[in-house]
Amino acid sequence: MSTDTRNLTLVQAVRDGLEIEMHRDEDVIVLGEDVGKNGGVFRATEGLYEEFGKDRVIDTPLAESGIIGTSIGMAAYGLRPVPEIQFMGFIYPAFDQIVSHAARLRNRSRGRFTCPLVVRAPYGGGIRAPEHHSESKEAFFVHEPGLKVVIPSTPADTKGLLASAIRDPDPVIFLEPKLIYRAFREDVPAGDHTVPLGEAAVRREGSDVSVYTWGAMTRPTVEAAETLADEGIDCEVIDLRTLSPLDRETIVESFEKTGRAAVVHEAPKTGGLGGEITAILQEEALLYQEAPVKRIAGFDTPVPLYALEDYYLPSSTRIEEGIREAVEFP
Amino acid sequence: MTGGEGGHDALFDRAPDDRVRVLDESGALVGTPPDMSDAELVEIYRHMRLARHFDERAVTLQRQGRMGTYPPMAGQEAAQVGSAVVLDDEDWIVPSYREHAAVHVHGLSLSEILLYWMGHGAGGWGADANVFPAAVPIATQIPHTTGLAMASKLGGCGGEDGGVSGNRPQAGDAVACAYFGDGATSEGDFHEGLNMAGVFDVPAVFVCNNNGWAISVPRERQTASPTLAGKAAAYGIDGVQVDGMDPLATYRVMRAAVEKARDPDERPRPTLIEAVQYRFGAHTTADDPTVYRDESEVAAWRKRDPIPRLERFLRETGRLDDDRIDEIEADVRAQVAAAIERAEATARPDPETLFDDVYAVRTAELDRQRATMRRLRDRYGDDAFLRD
Repeated sequence: MSTDTRNLTLVQAVRDGLEIEMHRDEDVIVLGEDVGKNGGVFRATEGLYEEFGKDRVIDTPLAESGIIGTSIGMAAYGLRPVPEIQFMGFIYPAFDQIVSHAARLRNRSRGRFTCPLVVRAPYGGGIRAPEHHSESKEAFFVHEPGLKVVIPSTPADTKGLLASAIRDPDPVIFLEPKLIYRAFREDVPAGDHTVPLGEAAVRREGSDVSVYTWGAMTRPTVEAAETLADEGIDCEVIDLRTLSPLDRETIVESFEKTGRAAVVHEAPKTGGLGGEITAILQEEALLYQEAPVKRIAGFDTPVPLYALEDYYLPSSTRIEEGIREAVEFP
Repeated sequence: MTGGEGGHDALFDRAPDDRVRVLDESGALVGTPPDMSDAELVEIYRHMRLARHFDERAVTLQRQGRMGTYPPMAGQEAAQVGSAVVLDDEDWIVPSYREHAAVHVHGLSLSEILLYWMGHGAGGWGADANVFPAAVPIATQIPHTTGLAMASKLGGCGGEDGGVSGNRPQAGDAVACAYFGDGATSEGDFHEGLNMAGVFDVPAVFVCNNNGWAISVPRERQTASPTLAGKAAAYGIDGVQVDGMDPLATYRVMRAAVEKARDPDERPRPTLIEAVQYRFGAHTTADDPTVYRDESEVAAWRKRDPIPRLERFLRETGRLDDDRIDEIEADVRAQVAAAIERAEATARPDPETLFDDVYAVRTAELDRQRATMRRLRDRYGDDAFLRD
């Protein structure tokens, strides 16, 4: 692997990852609404149309079910499609195709047909976007057997996880936290770079409480951990990175050390991944548990129009408060 | 007022690409003008001027950081105003997000429209008008329109248990009108909504504001169908193409479609109208159209601007003069300024309203979550939430 690096934002890392995979494997194609000539509404595919041409970077009609449905056919017949859904809130017309077909084509054909595609979609709130542009519904897809679900939180991980997702033999839902598309830069390995799916990253080691999070909530969670460190609370912050399959080993190992936990996600609390992580801790490490697992999440309301979106998204204060509760119990 | 056409056949029995026209680009008559009073004609002009000025101010507000992302409509006023003025109060408008003029004509105040784009949940839908909340996901409102028309036909949506509270009449003759763009015709919901409208023979009008571009994808890359109006044939309903930058042609076609919906005669009731037009500006204020289309194309379409076109016609036929135009200009400016003032004076919504109207009755869990928010705000203040 090259030791060269490039200083990239998260969205530039998406683009870089796509470009490298398209060079590496000519079966990789990108398709979606405005991904070609326009370079994507967030510029995630900028320049790819010029570089690879209209047959590998395809501007499609406005038809999400059609985009995913045709991707399934392409994937079954040897291509590696990377369809983009412009915003996660517009993925629902394709839901049937994703859960009824992409997720189970392998299973329904006893392995004869497979579906190696990567559905990219920006997700999450915090950018004052219009209605239906801020959804965070990763739990829908985690619930569907046969899918993998990935959410990066750093530019280097974005590139590496995207490469792994494209090379993966199964369908992957790759959700990009658009709140931090351009929030910061970091050095990203140039050229070929992969990060394995299914492995969480420990962003901060600590001994008092395990805090699990992903995507755009990772940064405020690490910030909250630093604030709490001044109060003498030592947080271990774990960025799950892959939500399906979950890295149960890292989740449990940390909890066995701390005995206390909090989960931070921007999706609504009820039915969110916080419940699943809590259940894993119950199943695997009940005897280590010293306090209820605290869930710090979006409220069980539709994502509000932007005048109130700050009140909906977990803030550093909410995260700190929740972690304190987990630590101070009883 | 009548359709003015001596029956609808002349308008609907034509090839899909035989575009209905009344005024040419210079404002000269090239077709039968609709039967309208002078006052009605001037009112269409005034609404278009209002819409254009509103749009310009809205884009400026966004640029100044006083409003969020906004989808401009300049160039598209004729199709919206020319069609919406035909509707009666009990009729429904089921809009996309770019129909500011149409929904205003149908009763949504300008400040309600602004509030929505300012991220305020009090705006964007009709408190007193039969205007559905704008559909942001593409084409999703089309089946809703068919359903509203079905309910209207069945006569079942009034009263206490009706789908809308309050002032719905029992009458079964309300027409439901969907507005959507050219890109929407590629979505599955377009097919399903029009197909069911044809099967159930409902009083609906489907107005496709074909502005040539679905963000960066041109109309020719959206479908290989030579026209969008021609798609109606597959559903067994009438489809007609109209010059959507000609308010009088749009009015004529809409009027005929609405009359056909109300009084079905022997014909299928729904109609697909393809109003051919152009968006002068960006898809939204977050979009840069110079990446995907040539300025020369925009310039060519600007010559077909609906406002000077109608102005010239009205002047030359003695219905409008400088004094009246100045009066309209002043009136429009004052109205938009007042709406902006009203919207900006509206207080930020109470954060606890987040928990309202999720269900008819707030669940116990929502009560708990609301209490959590209250406790945190009492303890840390709003700064604990606000990132700015």
